Amino acid sequence: MAVRRLRFTFPQDLIKEPVIYLIGRQFELVTNIRMADVDERTGWVVLELEGEPDEIARGVAWAESRGVRVDPVTGDVVEG
Amino acid sequence: MSYARNLRCRECGRDYPLAALHVCEYCFGPLEAVYDDEAIRAAVSREAIAARPATLWRYREFLPCEADSAVDIGAGFTPLLHARNLGKALGLPRLYLKNDTANPTWSFKDRVVAVASSRARELGFEKLACASTGNLANSVSAHAAAAGMEAVVVIPHDLEAGKVLGSSIYNPTLVKVRGNYDAVNRLCAELAGSRNWAFVNVNVRPYYAEGSKTLGFEVAEQLGWRAPDHCVAPIASGSLFVKIRKGLDEFARAGLIDAPRTRMSGAQAAGCSPVATAWAEGSMNFRPQRPDTIAKSLAIGNPADGFYSLVQLRDTDGACASVTDEEIVAGMRLLAETEGVFAETAGGVTVAGVKQLAERGRIDPDELVVAFITGAGFKTAEAVAGGLAPALEIDATVDSFEAAYGPPAEEVPA
Repeated sequence: MAVRRLRFTFPQDLIKEPVIYLIGRQFELVTNIRMADVDERTGWVVLELEGEPDEIARGVAWAESRGVRVDPVTGDVVEG
Repeated sequence: MSYARNLRCRECGRDYPLAALHVCEYCFGPLEAVYDDEAIRAAVSREAIAARPATLWRYREFLPCEADSAVDIGAGFTPLLHARNLGKALGLPRLYLKNDTANPTWSFKDRVVAVASSRARELGFEKLACASTGNLANSVSAHAAAAGMEAVVVIPHDLEAGKVLGSSIYNPTLVKVRGNYDAVNRLCAELAGSRNWAFVNVNVRPYYAEGSKTLGFEVAEQLGWRAPDHCVAPIASGSLFVKIRKGLDEFARAGLIDAPRTRMSGAQAAGCSPVATAWAEGSMNFRPQRPDTIAKSLAIGNPADGFYSLVQLRDTDGACASVTDEEIVAGMRLLAETEGVFAETAGGVTVAGVKQLAERGRIDPDELVVAFITGAGFKTAEAVAGGLAPALEIDATVDSFEAAYGPPAEEVPA
């Protein structure tokens, strides 16, 4: 089992969709919202995902396929 | 001796030991080194600092590792040039350049890696690692070599040749990753979380970031122990940008300069401008971007210190420029042709940013302005190579020379 902390950024057209509920239903993942800021135009959620590494990767790929931007919570690791 | 006392979360203020930690367990805020300010104030003086070797270790009291056992390949104390010609071209007679192309691996990254590698060795790490679009990779490779540490350097597969060679020569384990920027980023985040390596800009980031303060220290010392009126620096992760000002503030708290009123302005490439875009929209929340710019050393779409950069822009009455790839190349050429400084694309961003901010009245012509040139031009030669004037190609005769260059002047010097 692994835990990944990720920042999900939602575009306006996904604000009303229960993406976090669905990622927990469709994949063997425990979701834990640690921080969030959502308004009517955009929103971000810092999410802990707990599960097997492959399952986390599949869940993240699914969220991205729906239009969610997924980033490491501490910002980009690649630097200049 | 180091006067660092602990790490502290920038968000919630929780304290942590001086270990390989970088993010608060409670609120995910970044950790930052804090010092015994009173002890530093009692220990330092202008005279003592000025008498030390011309490297960043002359500011040893302000750094979070032991200077006597530091990894020292001569980083820091780079020239501060009064850029009279460029200043004339831009209408800024008091424009100065902090020329960090003069570092050992030709970029400002030597400052941060000098500190990170020193602290990593103190903490017992044997491997020094990073994920980089070039400059950081070069510096990690060089410092690891000098420190007797193993280097593992991860780079995107499509880097400029000069930046690849600039790592290879130090014989690190160089890993070229196929895949787009996001894929490289995600892989490196996983590696950083799963290996017991000192990832310089991840698990030892609180120490790494402190190296950038030395730019603020040096500028203040080189100006005769005073803070500039206005600084313009490129913004990538935002760490450099916020630490320059932190350096000035720490110098003031130590009694070495008067309290700074320095305005801090930034510059980004339009193709990767999360901070500049948020600033232009009047927002303190940036949206991550997918980079698409020739300024690869600034191509950080989700900057770790993006929010703090916006706070600093607001709090110091700064401004943030966004410049196109064409303006970047023009900036590189203008800098070279006026001041004899060949900067990489990030330097082009800075010069083009200064130009833009001056034209928009965001820099006062009376201000003492320091522009930070963070990396050398041979690393990104591809950016300018195609557009430069060709050489005059001639036969080895005077006639051929004169045909190409022109006849001699009327008077021949003695």
